[in-house]
Amino acid sequence: MRLSRRAFLAGLTATGGALVVGFGPARAQTVPNADRFLGKSLAPDAVDSYLVIHADGSVTIFTGRVDLGTGHRISMRQIAGEELDVAPERIALIEGDSALTPNQGATGGSYGVARGGSQLRQAAATARQALLTLGAAKLGRPEADLELADGRVRVRGGGAGAGYAELLGDKPFNVKLDPKAPFKASDRFRFIGKSLPRPDVPEKVTGTHRYVHDVTLPGMVHARVIRPSMDGGVLTAVDEASIGHLPGVRTIRQQNFLAVVADREWDAVRAATALKTSWMPGPPAAGIGTRDHAGLYDGMKAARVVRDQEIAKRGDLTALAAPPAGTRTLSAEYRWPFQTHGSMGPSCAVADVKADRATIWSSSQGTHNLAGTCARVLGLERPRVRVIYMDGAGSYGPNGNDDAGMEAALISKAVGKPVRVQWSRQEEHGQDPKGPAQLLQLRAAVDPDGQVAAWDSQAWLPMATANLPHLPLLSLDAAGLPQTPGRSTGLIYQNIDPPYAVGGLNAVVHWLAEAPLRTSAFRAPGKVANTFAVESFTDEIAALAKVDPVEFRLRRLSNARGVEVLRRCAAKMGWQPRPSPGPVNRSAAVLTGRGIAYVHYKHDETIVAMGMEVAVERATGKIRVTRVVCAQDCGLMINPDCVQAQLEGNIIQTISRTLHEEVVFDRDRVTSLDWASYPILTFVEVPALEFDLIQRLDQPPLGVGEAASTPVPAALANAVFDATGVRLRTVPFRPERVKAALAGG
Amino acid sequence: MAKLSLRVNGSPREVESADPDIPLLYALRDHLGLTGTHFGCGLAQCGACTVLVGGRPVRSCVTPARAVANQDVTTIEGLGTPARPDPLQAAFIAEQAAQCGFCTAGIVMSAKALLATTPRPTRQQVTDALAGNLCRCGSHDRVVRAVLRAAGAPGGR
Repeated sequence: MRLSRRAFLAGLTATGGALVVGFGPARAQTVPNADRFLGKSLAPDAVDSYLVIHADGSVTIFTGRVDLGTGHRISMRQIAGEELDVAPERIALIEGDSALTPNQGATGGSYGVARGGSQLRQAAATARQALLTLGAAKLGRPEADLELADGRVRVRGGGAGAGYAELLGDKPFNVKLDPKAPFKASDRFRFIGKSLPRPDVPEKVTGTHRYVHDVTLPGMVHARVIRPSMDGGVLTAVDEASIGHLPGVRTIRQQNFLAVVADREWDAVRAATALKTSWMPGPPAAGIGTRDHAGLYDGMKAARVVRDQEIAKRGDLTALAAPPAGTRTLSAEYRWPFQTHGSMGPSCAVADVKADRATIWSSSQGTHNLAGTCARVLGLERPRVRVIYMDGAGSYGPNGNDDAGMEAALISKAVGKPVRVQWSRQEEHGQDPKGPAQLLQLRAAVDPDGQVAAWDSQAWLPMATANLPHLPLLSLDAAGLPQTPGRSTGLIYQNIDPPYAVGGLNAVVHWLAEAPLRTSAFRAPGKVANTFAVESFTDEIAALAKVDPVEFRLRRLSNARGVEVLRRCAAKMGWQPRPSPGPVNRSAAVLTGRGIAYVHYKHDETIVAMGMEVAVERATGKIRVTRVVCAQDCGLMINPDCVQAQLEGNIIQTISRTLHEEVVFDRDRVTSLDWASYPILTFVEVPALEFDLIQRLDQPPLGVGEAASTPVPAALANAVFDATGVRLRTVPFRPERVKAALAGG
Repeated sequence: MAKLSLRVNGSPREVESADPDIPLLYALRDHLGLTGTHFGCGLAQCGACTVLVGGRPVRSCVTPARAVANQDVTTIEGLGTPARPDPLQAAFIAEQAAQCGFCTAGIVMSAKALLATTPRPTRQQVTDALAGNLCRCGSHDRVVRAVLRAAGAPGGR
C-alpha cells in the first residue's frame, strides 16, 4: 500500500528528528530543523530546488554535489550570494540529502563548482530576474531602474525598496531555471573571486565537526562485517561458540554475508577478531581476471581485448611504419600500478531501516544513486529511502563508503535497529575499489630537424561497463542479492594523446575484458598515468632532439592560454633553457635536476604546467622533491584560496602516489593492508610549493579537484632524468627500483 | 563489567566496559561521547587518534584505557571551541589548514605537545614532530605554516 505523501513526510521527520537531537546549534554542515524543507521541489530544472528565501531575508541553498573537504561550502555560498546580493554568512547550505537536494549527479570529475555550481548560479540568476520583476510591480518602476542590494530590490543608487521575502509573500518562485538569465557582470562582483574562509574549518580543528563516524541514534548498535579469507569466498562454517564469552554479541548471516553486532563498539571489534569462520573459494566475480601481481603488466598485454577504440587519428603515420633515412624512432613503455584511495578514516555508515522506510547517513559521493540502489535492494519505493550526506574522511573517488552504506542497511533490516558499520584499516586497504593499473606503449618518429613526424599511443586499460547503475557492492554479491555486474573506472582513456602539434597522430585504447581487482574512479581517473606517459615521452623526444623541454613544448602549442600557463610556470621557476639531462656528475652523492610537465585536462578543461626540482641520493636511490612550481588557468576562480588548497592536495597526493604507492595482491586477495605495507608521503617529505594562479573573471569555472594531479608524475620523472640521465617508466619510484636503475639495472 | 576511572580534560570520568583492556580511543568515543578523536587505523600507524597523556602525545587506539587511569588525558575537545579556539587552533583556522579534517585533531595534539617542549621550533622540528601523523588530502604545507604561526616563528604567514 502506498502511504500518502503527508504520512510519508511525517515518518521522515520522525526519523530525521532523532538525529537532530544529538546536534548543538547551527553547524557548518548540518542545518537545524532541515526536515522543515521536506516536500520541497527536487527537480533539477526548478529554481525552488536550489534555494529558499526566508522571511528574515536569509537564504538556504540546496546542492546535490557535496563538500569533500574541497571548499564547496563557502564557494557555493559565494556563487548564490553574488547573484542574489545576499552576504554568504546569511546563507545556509544543505548538501547531498536525497530528500532535500536536487540530484545534480555524483560529486566527482572536478565538476562540483564547474557544473553543480554553475547550475546553482543559473538558479540564483533566474531568481534575481524574478525578484526584479516582482520589485518593478511593487515599486511601480521599470526593471531597468532597479537593482538588488543586500536582500532588497530598490531603485538604483538608493532608497528603501522592498525585501525579497516581502516580494515573494512566503511563496516559492515556481519558475524553471532560465538558461538565458544573465549572470552579474564581473566588475560588480562582491563575493566571487575572494578567498573567504571555509565555515567548516573552525569545527574541524576543534574536534566539534560531526562526521558520519560520529552519528549516534537511540538504540543504535555497532556492527563489523566479517570478510572472507579470499575475495568472493563461500562461507562454510561459523563457530558461534568462539564468541560465546562476549556479552550481548550476535551474528547476522545471509549466505556469505556475515556480520557481528554489539551494543558497544569495542565489543563488536572483539567479536570480529574472535569469531572463527571457514571459507572456500567461490566463483570469480564478473570481470575479475587472473591475479598475478608479479606478472601484472605482461598479463595485461596478454589479456583478452573486448575491442580497440581509436581516440585520435590524423595525418601521415608512414614515418613510423617506414622511417625515411635520418629519421630516428623512439619507443617506450610506461607502467602504472593499482592504487588505493587510502582515505584516512575507514568507511563508515549508519542506517535505520524500518518496515516501510529507511534512512542512511553516508559519506557517499552519490547519495541519490545510493538511495536508489538501497530502495531496490530493500524493496522500498524510491522516495521512502533517504540518504543523508555526512562528511567522511576525504575520499577521492568512490572508496568503501557505498559498500558500508549498503551493509548498514542490510544489517539494520535484519536486527530491526539502527546500525553503525565501521570498516577496519585492513578492510579499507583491502576491500575499497582500486584505481586500475594502466599500461601504455608510445612510439615516435623524429626527423633530422627534431620535428615529430609521427606519434603513436597504445594503451591497455580495463573496460568499464556502460550505463552501470551502481558500482557493484560487496555485500550484495556475498548475500546472493541481485545487482548488475560490471566495472567502474571513470573516463580513463582521456589524455593518452599529446596536446602538441605532431605530423601524424594515432592513439588507440585496447579495452581489456578483465582486471585482477574491483575498480572505481580514483582522482583524475586514468589521466594521471596517461599524462605520466605522454609528458615523459615528450621529454624523451626533446632529449633526443637536444632541445630545452620548455622550448620543445612551446614550439608545438597553439593554445594561447596554454602557452601563457607554460611560460608563467617557467618564469616563476627561473627556468634556465638547456636540454636535459643536465651535466651529470657521476661521483656526486646527491644529484639534482629540474623537470617540467604540461596538461590540458581532457583537452578542453583546466590547463596546468608544473615544474619540479629533485634531489636523488645515489647510494640509496631515494628521491626527494625539493620544490614544486605550479601555474594554472582554471577559468573563473570562485575562491582562490580553496583553489590553491585543491592544488596543494593534488600535488602532494600525487607525489605520494608516484614515489610510494602500489597495491600488492596474491591469488586470494590484496595483501598491502595497512600504512606499513602501503606507505604514503609523510610530513618530512613534503616540498616547498609555489603557485601562479590565473584568475579569469569573465570565463566559466573549469574545475580544480583533479587536473593538477596529472602532470605531477612526469614532472618528477623528468626532473630525475635531468638529474641522473636515467629514465624512470614504472611507478612507484621506490628507492630500490631507483637504485637499480641508477646502477644500470 | 570493569569499572575504569579516568581524568579527561580536567574532569573525572567513569567508564564501564566488558573488557578491562578496552583501548582509550573506544572509551573516549563510544563511552564518553568525545568523538573529536578519530579512528584511523587501530595500528598506531596514522596518528588520527592522538591524545595527550601527561602532556605527551599517545596513540589512543593502542593504549589501554586502564594504563592511563591516574594521568591527565587531554583530547582535542580539551583545547578550545570554534568560538574560543586555543591559539594553536586559531593558527590552523587562520591558515585554513584542513581539508577533510579527519586527521586534523591528531595533528593538532601532536603539535601541541611539540610546542609545549619546543616553543620556537624550526620547520624541520615541526615536520619531524608530525612525521607519525598521516594526511591524505595534502594539507601538510598549511599545517606546517599554522604550527610555525602559532609559535610566532618566521615561516608562518
